[in-house]
Amino acid sequence: MSTIDLSTRRIPPLGGFNGTILGLETRRLLRNRRTVIFTLIMPVALFLIIGLQSQFVHQQAGRGNVSAYVMISMAIYGAVLATTSGGAMVSLERSLGWSRQLRLTPLAPSAYIAVKMVVALTLGLLSILIVYAIGVASGKPSMPLWIWLSTAAIGWVGSLVFAAFGLFMGYLLPGENVMQILGPVTAALAALGGVWMGPMTPGSTFQRIAELTPMYGLNQLVHAPLTGDAVHVAWVINLLVWLAIFVIGAAWRFRKDTARV
Amino acid sequence: MEQTQLVAPPPVAVDVPSISLRAVTKSYGPVHAVRDLDLEIRQGEVVAFLGPNGAGKTSTIDMILGLSRPTAGEVRVLGMEPTEAIRRGLVAAVMQTGGLLKDLTVAETVAYTASLFPTTAPVADVLARAGIAEIGDRKVGKCSGGEQQRLRFAMALLPDPALLLLDEPTTGMDVEGRRAFWNAIRADAQRGRTVLFATHYLEEADAYADRIVLVSKGRVVADGSAAEVKRLASGRTVRATIPYPDEQALKAIPFVDAVEIRGDSVLLHSHDTDAVARHLLTHTDARDLEITSRGLEDAFLALTGNAPVGPSGELA
Repeated sequence: MSTIDLSTRRIPPLGGFNGTILGLETRRLLRNRRTVIFTLIMPVALFLIIGLQSQFVHQQAGRGNVSAYVMISMAIYGAVLATTSGGAMVSLERSLGWSRQLRLTPLAPSAYIAVKMVVALTLGLLSILIVYAIGVASGKPSMPLWIWLSTAAIGWVGSLVFAAFGLFMGYLLPGENVMQILGPVTAALAALGGVWMGPMTPGSTFQRIAELTPMYGLNQLVHAPLTGDAVHVAWVINLLVWLAIFVIGAAWRFRKDTARV
Repeated sequence: MEQTQLVAPPPVAVDVPSISLRAVTKSYGPVHAVRDLDLEIRQGEVVAFLGPNGAGKTSTIDMILGLSRPTAGEVRVLGMEPTEAIRRGLVAAVMQTGGLLKDLTVAETVAYTASLFPTTAPVADVLARAGIAEIGDRKVGKCSGGEQQRLRFAMALLPDPALLLLDEPTTGMDVEGRRAFWNAIRADAQRGRTVLFATHYLEEADAYADRIVLVSKGRVVADGSAAEVKRLASGRTVRATIPYPDEQALKAIPFVDAVEIRGDSVLLHSHDTDAVARHLLTHTDARDLEITSRGLEDAFLALTGNAPVGPSGELA
């Protein structure tokens, strides 16, 4: 009888993080019809309905037109939905026992989280690029090239907050259809954060409430290059505090989930 | 059949037990799932882990897999911490349900799992060995229970594990599927793989295990070959043909516990039927000897105090 040689066994680099799972995870997300409709098609549709109205095309907004302002709003809404969906996938995986299955492989839990984050951000980027591509194709949004680029970049990086949010909710909420809850929640957060409207009046009641909610900082920051407003420290603080809350929350639930009791 | 992966150069640690549990206790609050359990399993053994529900089988398997820690005692897998053995791809498990993503295809699931290990058997070979090569493009959610189980088996074989744990592996398979599954497992074990399987099917333990570990209420109550476990509980029966049997003389034979006479046929119950048979053949006119076990179900019942349920020997 031969015996299996233990001496040749190695531990995978990077805790098992690799391109194959990134590719497969991205494919999974894009296979989900609901995810594609809500994160890639709906923001585009909203932009086409709202952003192309002729009064918005002709109305100026800072360094461009209102059409561009609306396009940026829809792009970050899509990115937020996309990253939230990506993070929330862990809920489904926990309910299917896949997370447990992965614990029987060398994949480090931190590498698994990293995969989820990268996949969420990939979908987020895709969502922004599609909205912007449709914007270019329509020929209506008008703003300098550097604002196209900078707003896309800010929106994408800022959507990391919601990848963490999705992950936190994915660990917190049970079940296979967390996005049925998180979809409306995200829409409500977008409303509170001022994504559905133009620039808000500083000092107004609405603005005071908005600045406490998670999408406010991102919404203000992403529009700043277009509006030409000076960046307020409060916006950055809003973004960072919510990021910290979601990361800490996700880490807390994650530890509970993977604890060996 | 790809075998090169399994034929290893001179092994480093032949003598290291595959599984070693020393005085392991696992408590959930006031409930003791496992109590002071000692168990050592050598490399290459095929061991059935048998016991009624709540006997501590799953708790024990979880500790061996590093999914939970013992409350007291020590668990070692191939001389390592269980999580370390997992990280090196030395341990794999096939669970009864779950653990699969429905939105991946069969081939994608195997590729996903394979990418997590530094070296694996070739994906195509593993699919072929598990008999799922032709359904590689099928979504996991569309596979039958048996196909999903073969997929889990393929995933478990990928890293060429030294230890394979199977929790109720053939639940939901038809008779043919079960036989094919166990033949594959047996063939694998001959190449040095250790297999520990929990089962409800007594006949599976009887037919496919080298060794049966019977647990009840968190303790090992019997440990040995199927024949030994059966004898431990209930002894065996020698049946013989003796003209004009004398009941008193038969009862006087050493090791005979009980005597039944049916005309010329005599049934002698004993814990050492070999000695009884030897006596009958050398000191009496007995002929047509048969030695039979009373069956694993009787042993199970006697040792655990739980009745097996179902005509096929499936336990509740």
